[in-house]
Amino acid sequence: MPRPLTLTAGLVALALLLAFPLVFTLPYPRDVMIRIFLYAMLAAAWNVLAGYCGQISLGHAVFFGTGAYTSTVLVKTLGLTPWAGMLAGAALAVALSQLIGYPVFRLRGHYFAIATIAVGEIVQTLMINWDWAGGARGLFIPIDRTGSLLAFQFRDKQVYYYIALGILLLALWVTRRIERSRTGYYFRAIREDQDAAASLGIPVARFKQRAMAVSAALTALGGTFYAQYILFIDPESVLPLSLSILICLIAVLGGVGTLWGPLIGAAILVPLGEATRIYLGGTGKAIDLLIYGFLIMVISVVQPGGIMALAQRGRRRTG
Amino acid sequence: MGFVYALIAAGLSLIFGLMEIVNFAHGEFLMLAMFSTYWAWALWRLDPAVSLPLTAAAMFLLGFATYHGLIRWVLGAPMLAQIFATFGLAIFLRSAAQAIWGVDFHLVKDPVVQGRISLGGLFIGLPQLVASVGALLAFVFLNWFISRTETGLALQATAQDRQAASLMGIDTERMFALGWGIGAACVGVAGALLTIFFYVFPDVGASFALLAYVTVALGGFGNVPGTLVAGVVVGLIEVLGGLLIAPALKYVAVFVLYLLVVLWRPQGLFGRF
Repeated sequence: MPRPLTLTAGLVALALLLAFPLVFTLPYPRDVMIRIFLYAMLAAAWNVLAGYCGQISLGHAVFFGTGAYTSTVLVKTLGLTPWAGMLAGAALAVALSQLIGYPVFRLRGHYFAIATIAVGEIVQTLMINWDWAGGARGLFIPIDRTGSLLAFQFRDKQVYYYIALGILLLALWVTRRIERSRTGYYFRAIREDQDAAASLGIPVARFKQRAMAVSAALTALGGTFYAQYILFIDPESVLPLSLSILICLIAVLGGVGTLWGPLIGAAILVPLGEATRIYLGGTGKAIDLLIYGFLIMVISVVQPGGIMALAQRGRRRTG
Repeated sequence: MGFVYALIAAGLSLIFGLMEIVNFAHGEFLMLAMFSTYWAWALWRLDPAVSLPLTAAAMFLLGFATYHGLIRWVLGAPMLAQIFATFGLAIFLRSAAQAIWGVDFHLVKDPVVQGRISLGGLFIGLPQLVASVGALLAFVFLNWFISRTETGLALQATAQDRQAASLMGIDTERMFALGWGIGAACVGVAGALLTIFFYVFPDVGASFALLAYVTVALGGFGNVPGTLVAGVVVGLIEVLGGLLIAPALKYVAVFVLYLLVVLWRPQGLFGRF
């Protein structure tokens, strides 16, 4: 597509997204959209580390939980606004990511993936047993109905909608910046061949840590948003392995290492999850998960490159 | 417990050594083995000790079918696609179990092996003891099979160099399927042994599978004897961690130990990679 046309298409899409809550005033469609944005943003954050830098992390829930817990604890103890808590959570996630990254980045391939699972399990177990931070019972975010923007709590889903869209755009913007920068080329060099990259003088360890930091910070923002949106967090909801896996699944479905992949993946997977849950869930028989699992298998066999690979192939054929 | 962990992990390790795929549905294989043992008891009053070979055979077929139905198609795919193929299988199997058998906990009542014995004031549950010994025997058999029989050597050759093996006239396709079959059969034996003293429910595989991944990575991927040592280490740490620190934190102890070991030896204790 010629550049002006892409720009126009992008602006139209953005205008449609901005107008969405004005047309759909019921809470439910807005809620689905908010969750698409949230998961797309998490997948985009994961994509920075795994998609571009090639380090497949299966423990990203750790950073999500860091964001959720940091802002919540700060609200509860110091009465600090969650916006500041969001930044604090991101900062803490970065610090944590560097701490985790130092040992685990020495591992490669499956060893790395399993080490990140182990880290995720350690953090979840510790949080379950840490009574000061709610333990297994979790934490309620104190209700604040002043409607003030500082409180980060709104009766109207419309505000949440725009905030979620905002952090999604932030994540996509960061991804695009990285994609086009020298750092982005270093990341991809590391993904393709770590030893070759090192031999060309790329400081592999430092750039892996950098990818991890960016990824962790963005994921933590999503965590704080989730806490303020749901107003309840516990280790089971913000730190499970299944969340880590859902995040990468979305990116894989859409297309790993592509800018729009995470958004496409979330736009398909979230409504799909909703639909199967509505029509088939609630029987206690997990039929929805049955179909979900089956679909994952089909996707990984038929289209391992994700939907973006399909789109690119189509474009090559027509162009 | 260490021997049972080792047996579960051995299947995983074997499969990985053959084709560098981590089977994330391993815990669900275990769950199916436990359910099949349970139902053999509930429907036909077959004691776990009797149904064990049947379970192992059934699991062998399942592993075989998994390879032909799913894994064969993602062999050349990127690592992520392989991870998700088996993850999808895991979710599928777990929810299938939930759909068919419900979420209730089941327990085999009055197995042949029960009670406990005392060894110098130390009480040991007889079922646990039998399970350990059984797992150890299965392990010895597995080790004998892959290092002494012709088929086992062909398996090892395939693991070492796929192309060279096929040039020597080994049907690598068949070896892969066989590897999956044996890997699943190991879990079948482990599952049957566990059912003597453990509850059966659709999510039972998850915690065992996590320990199995750690065990495999600790022992070194693809190294079957190393897995045995690692399994025992994991079992010991679990008990000691539960005793010395806090029962709730025993898995933390295991995972921390794992991280410490891979820091020191990134390829695991006995890994060759």
